[in-house]
Amino acid sequence: MAAIAVQTTPARAPGPARRRGSTLHRVNPLVYVVAWLLVGVCIGPVAFIILGGLRTNSQITADPSGFPTTWEFGNYSSVLTSSLFWQQAANSAIAGISTTLGVVVLGVMASFVLARYRFNGQAAMYTLFAAGLMFPMTVAITPLYILVRALGLMNTLPGIILPQIAFALPVTIIILVPFLRAIPKELEEAASIDGASRLGFFVRMVVPLSLPGVVTVGILAFVASWNSYMLPLFILNNEVMYTLPLGVQSFASQYSVDTARVLAFVSLSMIPALIFFSLFERRIVGGLTGAVKG
Amino acid sequence: MSSSQGENALVVTPPPGGRSTAGDGATTAPSPARRPRGTDWRTRAEIALLAGPAIVVFVAFVIFPVLMAAYYGFFRWKGYGPPTDFVGLQNYVAILQDTTFHDALRHNGFIVVMSLVMQGPAAVALALLLNRRMRGRSVIRVLIFVPYVISEVIVGVGWSLMLQTSGAVNGFLTKIGLEAWTVDWLSDPDIAIWSLMIIITWKYIGFAVILFLAGLQSIPEELHEAAAIDGASFWQAQRSITLPLLGPTMRIWAFLSIIGALQLFDLVYIIWGQYVSATAGTSTMATYMVLNGRNAGNYGFGNAVAVVLFLISLVIALTYQRFVLRRDTEGALTGGTK
Repeated sequence: MAAIAVQTTPARAPGPARRRGSTLHRVNPLVYVVAWLLVGVCIGPVAFIILGGLRTNSQITADPSGFPTTWEFGNYSSVLTSSLFWQQAANSAIAGISTTLGVVVLGVMASFVLARYRFNGQAAMYTLFAAGLMFPMTVAITPLYILVRALGLMNTLPGIILPQIAFALPVTIIILVPFLRAIPKELEEAASIDGASRLGFFVRMVVPLSLPGVVTVGILAFVASWNSYMLPLFILNNEVMYTLPLGVQSFASQYSVDTARVLAFVSLSMIPALIFFSLFERRIVGGLTGAVKG
Repeated sequence: MSSSQGENALVVTPPPGGRSTAGDGATTAPSPARRPRGTDWRTRAEIALLAGPAIVVFVAFVIFPVLMAAYYGFFRWKGYGPPTDFVGLQNYVAILQDTTFHDALRHNGFIVVMSLVMQGPAAVALALLLNRRMRGRSVIRVLIFVPYVISEVIVGVGWSLMLQTSGAVNGFLTKIGLEAWTVDWLSDPDIAIWSLMIIITWKYIGFAVILFLAGLQSIPEELHEAAAIDGASFWQAQRSITLPLLGPTMRIWAFLSIIGALQLFDLVYIIWGQYVSATAGTSTMATYMVLNGRNAGNYGFGNAVAVVLFLISLVIALTYQRFVLRRDTEGALTGGTK
């Protein structure tokens, strides 16, 4: 849902640029109070989920908003020892990694063509992809389901991977084209003098040089795939093939009386996206810098 | 903005200094700088090799399904075998006359407006706050983005447990002596849509903050230094420098927020399930589509709803682009990248 439909210019190297915009004034202590209050609001519900998984159902019933009085690890260990959880986590990982690889490979190749070749129909090609931003999956979901069924990919991971790649391409291309365009022409000429073909230039120079943009689009694609709900909901129809979001939902309705275990399941399923994002938060903000100016 | 020439002219308009590609085609003499080597067929082969896979996947899984939606929308069709029962515009007439759809449309409108009102000012304030040099800033940033990163399903399941009548929110209110404030957050039709708005704000404000932070980082530090030398206070500087320069970012965010709100599906479907959303007053066009299309087995009808949803989004997007975004971007969605 949260397609980042903005255009980027390549981010400046992280580092000095990150300091920009901060003021020279001393920071008022009140700022800290407000900031941590907001953190509390953002983290509160997440803490409720994680801590709830450490309580027993009777504790939760007696005092739904309390802290754990005794630490109950049974919920987490019962989820961690269930093969279904690991199966679904593996499905999510396979779908996420394949989607990311597919988006990056196809996206870099197409963006390279758009950025550094000149041919008839180039404008049309760019417009085709840019127009893709106007087609969110919600609109296409019913025919997509019919198409995937006709291809015999129902209830398989490729059935969600291929559409996810396709729907991630517009954003990827719009972010990557300026990156590739910014690579100096002199580099290409130098490579050509050294005897590299344009494809050789692509493999040896373009791919490494566009890495920051590639990482940004890769993270966006992975997190979107990890969290995606609507497409798997239509395509996958048994528990063994479910990705984690569907697994969470079916677990929550199946064990609706066992609130603590549901909370443990939910907590464990959000960990990978959280780790991933914390590691790359700077890069995402950095990669979008310049994306949003006029 | 800096090297605007090269980036500005991206693809749609003929490149600066280059010739129009429309008339002369690929066979005429290439511009010397751009096509230094390779025979023509070879260049074409490279283009086909590099761009082909992306185009095939994109057309097959994005463009084709959207076109099929338009086609299926004219049929009464249960989804098996080729559609044969052509009904013309009957599906569309049925949609536009269905009061349940009117309700959904109204809810979408409410969500669009309230998302802008609730998230916009708060996100700007947050971004200004987080852009200041302060201890623990990077930790705070990561923590504030947590709701945005976790999936809709987790948000839905977590919040619906908390907002249950005997859930944590009411428990907490009782504990701090606000028992009178405890309500049926999810089932009371007067309250439910506000609960949804709280959840949406909580979930998506991080995205707005990320965009605004990125926008703030492209404002030159020198402007603030100059303002400080002139004796401007922090707030004066924000009001006269930061906010105007953040304008383009805000307008793009608002665009994305509007489109997202029109397409809203996951959260509502997860929290209110398939049947309750209409009675709780939180149904959206997308939940209406899934409920009356695929779940009911009426694929033709579902596709017609998708077309209506798409057209409404398209009209709003084009209008917005025409009147609001035009000053920032010249055809971001229809053409160049600036």
